[in-house]
Amino acid sequence: MDMNEIKEIFFQECEEQLAELESGLLKLNDGDRDPETVNAVFRAVHSIKGGAGAFGLDDLVSFAHVFETTLDCVRSNKLEPSQDVLKVMLKSADVLADLVTAARDGGGVDEGRSRGLVKELEALARGELPSGGASEAPKPPAKPAPAPVAVAPAPAPAPTDDSGFQPIPFTFDEFGDEEATIEPSSFEVVFKPRRELYSKGNEAALLLRDLSRVGEMSINCDIDSLPAFEKMDPEAAYFSWTINVKTTKSEQDIRSVFEFAEWDCDLDVKLAESTDEELPMIPVPFDLDFLNDDSVDDEPAVENHSAEQAAAVAAAEAASNVSKMAAAAARVEKKESQSAAAAAAAAASANAANAAAGAGQTIRVDLDRVDRLINLVGELVINQAMLSQSVIENDTTGTSSINMGLEELQQLTREIQDSVMAIRAQPVKPVFQRMSRIVREVADMVGKSIRLVTEGENTEVDKTVIDKLAEPLTHMIRNAVDHGIETPEKREAAGKNPEGTVKLTAKHRSGRILIELQDDGAGINRERVRQKAIDNDLIPADANLTDEEIDNLIFMPGFSTADKISDISGRGVGMDVVKRSIQALGGRISISSRPGQGSTFTMSLPLTLAVLDGMVVTVAGQTLVVPLTAIVETLQPEAAAIHSFGANQRLISIRNSFCPLVDVGRILNFRSIQANPVEGVALLVESEGGGQRALMVDAIQGQRQVVIKSLEANYTHVPGIAAATILGDGRVALILDVDAVVAASRGQSLRGDGALKSDMSLAATG
Amino acid sequence: MKKKVLTVDDSRTIRNMLLVTLNNAGFETIQAEDGVEGLEVLEECNPDVIVTDINMPRLDGFGFIEGVRRNERYRAVPILVLTTESDAEKKNRARQAGATGWIVKPFDPAKLIDAIERVTA
Repeated sequence: MDMNEIKEIFFQECEEQLAELESGLLKLNDGDRDPETVNAVFRAVHSIKGGAGAFGLDDLVSFAHVFETTLDCVRSNKLEPSQDVLKVMLKSADVLADLVTAARDGGGVDEGRSRGLVKELEALARGELPSGGASEAPKPPAKPAPAPVAVAPAPAPAPTDDSGFQPIPFTFDEFGDEEATIEPSSFEVVFKPRRELYSKGNEAALLLRDLSRVGEMSINCDIDSLPAFEKMDPEAAYFSWTINVKTTKSEQDIRSVFEFAEWDCDLDVKLAESTDEELPMIPVPFDLDFLNDDSVDDEPAVENHSAEQAAAVAAAEAASNVSKMAAAAARVEKKESQSAAAAAAAAASANAANAAAGAGQTIRVDLDRVDRLINLVGELVINQAMLSQSVIENDTTGTSSINMGLEELQQLTREIQDSVMAIRAQPVKPVFQRMSRIVREVADMVGKSIRLVTEGENTEVDKTVIDKLAEPLTHMIRNAVDHGIETPEKREAAGKNPEGTVKLTAKHRSGRILIELQDDGAGINRERVRQKAIDNDLIPADANLTDEEIDNLIFMPGFSTADKISDISGRGVGMDVVKRSIQALGGRISISSRPGQGSTFTMSLPLTLAVLDGMVVTVAGQTLVVPLTAIVETLQPEAAAIHSFGANQRLISIRNSFCPLVDVGRILNFRSIQANPVEGVALLVESEGGGQRALMVDAIQGQRQVVIKSLEANYTHVPGIAAATILGDGRVALILDVDAVVAASRGQSLRGDGALKSDMSLAATG
Repeated sequence: MKKKVLTVDDSRTIRNMLLVTLNNAGFETIQAEDGVEGLEVLEECNPDVIVTDINMPRLDGFGFIEGVRRNERYRAVPILVLTTESDAEKKNRARQAGATGWIVKPFDPAKLIDAIERVTA
C-alpha cells in the first residue's frame, strides 16, 4: 500500500464522516441532546482534520480546526446548540464537504463563504451568539483566532505549546555547521523520578539513554534512600541521578528529553558552574548497555544481568540490580502469571467487546460480482420455470414426487432471488442526506427559512434505483422550496409558522418503495395552473377538470407556473421531466394538494430494476410483456365505442372521453393491416405527458414477474422495445417500451405511418 | 526480535498510515479500531508499546489507557497518545489516565518512530 492508496481511503472515509456529521447535526437540530451524538459529530470533523493534516491539505485542516474548536464548545456544554448555532454548523458542514471535494478533484471553493463561516464559527466559540444575518462585520477577535495546525513537519522548533514545552526533534545533524563554532557548555541535570513515572510506563534508564544522545555525559546515582532489601517496594522509586552533560545544545534540548516525564519527576537543569566540582555523594557507575540487550525482556532481570554490572562494590552491585528492577519492574511484572481477578476482568471485557463488534459487520464487495450473481440467479429462475413447465407437460398424474420437489425448488429459487436482490438493496439515506443540503442552500438563496424532515431513511431499495432517484428528487425539492413554501412574511400573514417544513418520507408498500415529498406551503394555485395550461394550449379554455386533474397538469410537458424564471427551479425544466425520469425507473408519480396547507408528491418505485411485473400479451402471434406499472386498466372494446378519425386513425370512447387507439402490432411492424379492435383487448396506458392511449393487443396471457435481460447488451437497441426476457417455456419475449410506442403513434398521426422502422426479425423469430 | 506495536484508532486513514509507517520501520503491527477492541486485542498480542488515539467511539483513549493500566499484566506497557489535541488539558488527562507520552498530529512518520524509540528499549 502506498500513500496514494491511503489517500484514496482517506477520501472514502471523508465521505462517510461527512454523512455522519450531517446526520448528527440534523439530529441535534431536532432537539437530540444525547452526548454521544455531539461526540460523533465532533469525531467526524476531528477525523477529517487528522487525515487531512497527514496529507498536507492545509485549507481543509484549518477550516476543520476552527469547526472542531466550536464543536468542542458544544461538547463541553459551553455553547448551547440552538437552531441558530446549528444553522452555522450545517453550513460549515457543507463547506467542509466542498473542501473535501476540492482537495480530491482539484478546483476551488467559495472562499468568501468559507471565510465568512470561519468568522461565524470563531464568534460562536467566543460565546457570541449568531446575529442571524451574515455577520460580516470584521470585529477584532477577543482573543487570537486558533492558529491553524502546522501541517508540514516543522523543520524548525515548533512553537511552544500551552504546557510550556518546546518539542524539538533531537537530530544531531541539525546544527551541523554551527557545531564547530559553538563552545560546548556543561549542564548539571538533577533527575529524581517519582513512583508515577514508572507506573506510566516511562523508564529512567531510557530517559538517561536519550540524554546521552544530547551530549557527552557522566552520571552519578544517589542510592541513599534505598531501604533494606526486605523492606523494599519493587515498584517504588528510590534513586535519583545527577548527570553532567557537555553539549553544544541548549537547556531546552535537555529538557525536551524529559518531555514525557516532567510531571512525574523532579527535574532541575542548570548550567554547571564548575565541571570539576566534587559531588557530595557516592558515585555509582551506571551502565546503560543492558538496554540494547533483547534478552532483558525474556529473563528475570535480576539474575541475568548481575554479571554484567561493572561495579565491583557489593553495595553498588545490589543497587544497580535494584535500579534495573525499578526500571524494569513493570516488565518483570508483566511476565508474572496474572492474577485470577485480572483474568476474569479481561475475559469480561473481551466478551462485551465481542458482543458489540458483532453488530453491523459489513464487507465491501465489487458491484460487478453482485451483478454477475444476480444475472446467474436470473438464469436459474428461468431454468427452473422451464423445468417445471416440461415436467407438467410430461407428467399426466400431477402428483409425482418430482412435482413436489419442483415446487420446493421454485420456493427456494424465489428466496435466493430475493436474498440476492437484497444484497444490492441499500438504504435511501445517502440521497435523503444530500437533499438536506439542497434545502438549506436553496432556502438561503430565496431567503426562506425551511426545515427538512426525513423519515424512513433506512428503507432499502436497489442501488440503481437510488442512483437514479437523486436527480428527480433534487428537482422536486428545489421546486418545493422555491415555489411550494411561501416567504416567511406571507406565512406569518397566513397565521403559519414562518419556518416552512418539507418532509421526505420513504416506506415499503406492497413490494414497491413509496417516496413522499410533502410541503406545508400554499398548495397548488389551481386558478393559475388552469390559466397557464389554457395559455399554453395544453387544455381547451372550456375544459371541465376536477381539482386532481388540474393539479396533475403540472406534469405536462412545457408547463411552468413560475411567473419569474428563477435561478433555482425555473431552468425550463418542468415537472414533466421529473415524471419522465420516474417512469423510466418503472415508477409512478402523483400529486395531491390542499390550498393553504401544502402539496404532497407521491412516487412509487420498483424495489429493483432487475425484475419487473409484467402483463404477458400476444400481438400478431408474438409474445410481448407490457410493464404492469404503465397499465391503468384493460378493457374489451365494443364496436360501438370505436370511432374512425382522419385517414386511418381510430379513437375509443371510454366513459365519455376519447382516447387514441394504438395498434401495437402495426407500430412494431408485426403486421401491415390494422387489426380489428373488437377482436382484441385494449390496454389503457398512461404515458409521458400524462396523456392516455389505448394499446391494442390480440390477447392477454397473464401476469408474471419476469427477469429483465438487456437487449442493448446482448443484441442492439430496438425501437419500441425496452428489453427482453425469457419465459417459463423458454421463449424469448420482448418487453414493450410503452413511451416509445406511444411516441411513434403520435408520429403516425402526423405522417400517417408511424411504424417503427427497424429490423423486427428478432421479434418475429420469437 | 521484532517489536510489537498495538495501534488503536478509529480512522481507517490513520490506521493505514500507522501500518505502513510501522511496518516500514520494522515493527510488527497489530491494529484495533477503538478502545473496546484495543483492550480485547491486548490480551492476545502482548505488545511492547501501544499507540492510541483519543477520540474514538465506544471507548475513548482515556478509558482505554485506564483499562490497560488496570490490567495486571499489561499495566506497564508504554502507551503513546496519538492525537491532534495539543492543548495542555487533554495531554494532562491522558497523562492522568496513565499515558507514557504523546505524538502531536498531524501524523508524521519520523515523529512517530522517534517517540516509540524514546519509550522502548
